[in-house]
Amino acid sequence: MANISFVREKPLPQSPPPITESTTIGWIRKNLFSGWLSSVLTILSVYFIYVCLKDFIPWAYGGNWSAGSIRECLDTNPDVACFSVIGARWRQLLFGFYPSEEYWRPILTFILLFVSVTPIFSPRFAKYFWFSMIYPGLAVWLLWGGSFWPVFSIYLAFVFSGLGFYIARNQFKLSTGISLMIAVILLIVFYLFLASPFISLFKYILPINLVVIESMQFGGFLLSMIVGFSGIAASFPIGILLALGRQSDLPLVKMICVGFIEFIRGVPLITLLFVASVLLNYFLPPGTSFDIIVRVIIMVTIFSAAYMAEVIRGGLAALPVGQHEASAALGLSYWQSQRLIIMPQALKISIPGIVNTFIGLFKDTTLVSIISLLDPVGLASLIRADQKWNGIYWELYVAIGLMFFICCFGMSQYSQYLERKLKTDNS
Amino acid sequence: MSDVTTERAIDRSKMEVSDEIAIHISDMNKWFGNFHVLRDINLEVRRGERIVVCGPSGSGKSTLIRCINRLEEHQQGKIIVDGTELSSDLKNIDKIRSEVGMCFQHFNLFPHLTILENCTLAPIWVRKMARKEAEETAMHFLEKVKIPEQADKYPGQLSGGQQQRVAIARSLCMKPQIMLFDEPTSSLDPEMIKEVLDTMIELAEEGMTMVCVTHEMGFARQVANRVIFMDDGQIVEENEPKEFFDNPKSDRTKLFLSQILGH
Amino acid sequence: MSSVKVPVEKFRLGMLLGDTRYRSTTVQVIAFIIFVTVAFWLVDNTIKNLALLGKDVDFSYLWMRAGYDINQRLIPYTNDSTHGRAALVGILNTLLVAFIGCIIATVLGVFVGILRLSKNWIVAKLMSVYIEGFRNIPVLLWIVMIFALLTEFTPAPKAFRGADPEASMVLFQSIAITNRGAYFPSPVWGDGSMYLLIIFVISLVAILFFRRYARNLQEETGKSLPKFWISLGIFFIPTIVLYFILGSPVTLEYPYLKGFNFKDGIYVRNSFIALTLALSLYTSAFIAEIVRSGILAISKGQTEAASSLGLRPGRIMNLIILPQALRVIVPPMISNYLNLTKNSSLAIAVGYMDVRGTLGGITLNQTGRELESMLLLMGFYLCVSLIVSAIINYFNRSFQIKGL
Repeated sequence: MANISFVREKPLPQSPPPITESTTIGWIRKNLFSGWLSSVLTILSVYFIYVCLKDFIPWAYGGNWSAGSIRECLDTNPDVACFSVIGARWRQLLFGFYPSEEYWRPILTFILLFVSVTPIFSPRFAKYFWFSMIYPGLAVWLLWGGSFWPVFSIYLAFVFSGLGFYIARNQFKLSTGISLMIAVILLIVFYLFLASPFISLFKYILPINLVVIESMQFGGFLLSMIVGFSGIAASFPIGILLALGRQSDLPLVKMICVGFIEFIRGVPLITLLFVASVLLNYFLPPGTSFDIIVRVIIMVTIFSAAYMAEVIRGGLAALPVGQHEASAALGLSYWQSQRLIIMPQALKISIPGIVNTFIGLFKDTTLVSIISLLDPVGLASLIRADQKWNGIYWELYVAIGLMFFICCFGMSQYSQYLERKLKTDNS
Repeated sequence: MSDVTTERAIDRSKMEVSDEIAIHISDMNKWFGNFHVLRDINLEVRRGERIVVCGPSGSGKSTLIRCINRLEEHQQGKIIVDGTELSSDLKNIDKIRSEVGMCFQHFNLFPHLTILENCTLAPIWVRKMARKEAEETAMHFLEKVKIPEQADKYPGQLSGGQQQRVAIARSLCMKPQIMLFDEPTSSLDPEMIKEVLDTMIELAEEGMTMVCVTHEMGFARQVANRVIFMDDGQIVEENEPKEFFDNPKSDRTKLFLSQILGH
Repeated sequence: MSSVKVPVEKFRLGMLLGDTRYRSTTVQVIAFIIFVTVAFWLVDNTIKNLALLGKDVDFSYLWMRAGYDINQRLIPYTNDSTHGRAALVGILNTLLVAFIGCIIATVLGVFVGILRLSKNWIVAKLMSVYIEGFRNIPVLLWIVMIFALLTEFTPAPKAFRGADPEASMVLFQSIAITNRGAYFPSPVWGDGSMYLLIIFVISLVAILFFRRYARNLQEETGKSLPKFWISLGIFFIPTIVLYFILGSPVTLEYPYLKGFNFKDGIYVRNSFIALTLALSLYTSAFIAEIVRSGILAISKGQTEAASSLGLRPGRIMNLIILPQALRVIVPPMISNYLNLTKNSSLAIAVGYMDVRGTLGGITLNQTGRELESMLLLMGFYLCVSLIVSAIINYFNRSFQIKGL
């Protein structure tokens, strides 16, 4: 047998690849022209893109931004886009009929939204979670206006009852259930008796007021965002409870939750919105009437809670079974193990699904235009009915579509980024 | 990386090596983008030889054997299998793939087909065999790997060791001349490694040409004609098993052996 | 053997919550009480409110005369028909949009999804633009945009008039697209068309028999015939040959311009076209994503194992990848069909009379029966979605891979 032994004395260094493999030429060959079919497809695609863009780009690029009406646009140059409608109406598209001197309020609310969301998504800032808690009240006050004190008093009530809870549990060593009941009683007491005098007192001492804005003045993207964000935020705790109920061993609780979820998911959102605008008043005691926006937010919350419950259920199912067993073995009660072990992990897994639900919800907010609320789509019809802009359509729809695209695409990219980050975190 | 020794006596006299060259690789280089993953590979495998390729992860050993049946493409150099050169010519690739069988680390059985259907799929659609004939061949090889009773089960119902043996039988149904193994036992629980290694030893005793990437050094010591050590994309050392394990010449080989045999 | 006396605990009130034996019952009883109380409160409020408005809950309005016209309908209907019949017309309209929309969405979606996986960079990116573009813009906006496109960009019927018309029909002067709708040629069944139909049905059956024969042939001898091309031939050739032998028994009646409008032919309104097209395009983007992720979910090792056995890419797709991918693709695809059906309720935005437009729209407004109409409307959608869920569950159960 021949000598088969071999030893390499010096290691070979890396050398660069041949031209056909590396850099642009290699890439073009592999990705665009790898076979005759691929080459044909490349040529067809390039031609197709050319055909689409050759009329669109001159039309859009040379757009008329300064005309005062569609008549003027057509007189000046009928072959270019009449973007003047956006120039004239962009404020309306963004804020609806919100008074322009108060624009700083929604803008501030929007910026603070990102601030309040950061502690939830980024563990580094978790200690600022208290801001996320006070943000809802702050946002309501900033947007709708009025005196600062009623909103403040709501938070004060919760602080008051929370204090009561802790004192009852830790000082007097009462059980959690009883402490909870005491806290609820304190809350009610505060509301019934202490709230009004407190508010009047502070209004007198230190009036902090913002101009009151009626709900009817909300419109455009402001309206979409309010409905979307509050729907998602409020549906979150309800969705968690529904998901837990659906998983539960108790047959009655499970039945109620399943029935609710399947009912909500089985009907179109438009029927629920119709319920909000017409039927909800029937279900409440005679004489009560809510703001239409509040009613819409209630129905959107219920709608979103059902979908949220399914997403969280998926997250719970993805959790390894051992987690439940480990926490039970450690002696944690059902609610303790949920709060400390199960839910944090399940929610982390479900974050991409939750963001997707939110994107869907945000797109669905356009449906309020059908019950005559003035979201961007509703506003578009309104603007088109105006004499000055009668007959315009492309430019408006393109602008609105683009805004939605930017928001939704941005959010979906973020959710994919989160998914990738989670995968590397956990595995 | 265990040192599972097989209990039965291996009859090395049965394992003859002829002079015919089964695989010829010369001056082979491969890049992944800018990364030079295989450098200056020169290798000749004779018919009936058993080669074991070992090395740290990332050394390119899996990539090497995947180049032999064109699961990966090489950019420079020549690979000639059974007299046919590996190029982008589809006819050549088909010819080579019907002569070369491969077993994977994760078995890659087709979960939606029964064990029998897994084994008869390729003979029916590639060799155009009649179903009855294909099933007879399949049962023959399933008996060889000692699990004929599982023929009507699905892969998900079998253990890891059984699945890998089915994978070996599936490749054998195509009656290949050369068998490639890509870390066949790395995904298995310790008690199942032996049954797969026994199957591979039987194959060797029947004279099959084998190229095996594995960490099972006991198997290498007892069955291989040659052990090849790869690091950083190149062949660093190559020798008979006895010489290789007892008398490694290169420093890198010594380091690697101390890491895997040391415990 | 001494017996150890186990102390019997006396029943304490705290055990209702503390003892696992009683705890679940207690919690359920509490839940039940809360549920019934809330339900009772809601129903009570409703009754009080309805009484205040002088209304009651009564479904008999369904048998009263409707008194309004529906411009697109699949079954006979006049404004003398009942509200119930109007609701039925609406339901059929909804189902028509849903059915056609689902078919177009599936064909488009599968096509785009597979192309999205192409190795050609431009094609993959173009498909990605398609998918992201349709997915990230609300469906209502698409419906409104496409409807606006169809009504504003297309000529009025009278523009087709005259010796030198502004507009002309497409496709060899057969289809007219106007700003009110599209006119398609309609088939006229002449003498002998019956035989054509019979031959066509026979050729379909023949394809089934041929495929069975080819499969048996392969099992016996291993020879494989080009099944696809032969089936295609059987599909087309006999019917076409007979068509010419019989002297073209089936002719087309072309729409033609008479006065200010077109006559004859099949008339499809713009509202229907816009709604169906928008829903199909929107849903096809989601289906494309589902197809893509379904195929990607099949591990690369499957393709590698099949390649190393010598199978060609086409066979690998047919025998290995698709059977596994379909299991993952079909359930979410079916639930997208459900979404399409629910989204069809946006028809009101373009004036198409689906079930929400009739039952939940005009009927509701005219009779003032809001509660009853809404209940029926929701009941309809609920039925559809429950049927679809049942189908998904059946599919999942029967195609489960054993052991997985």
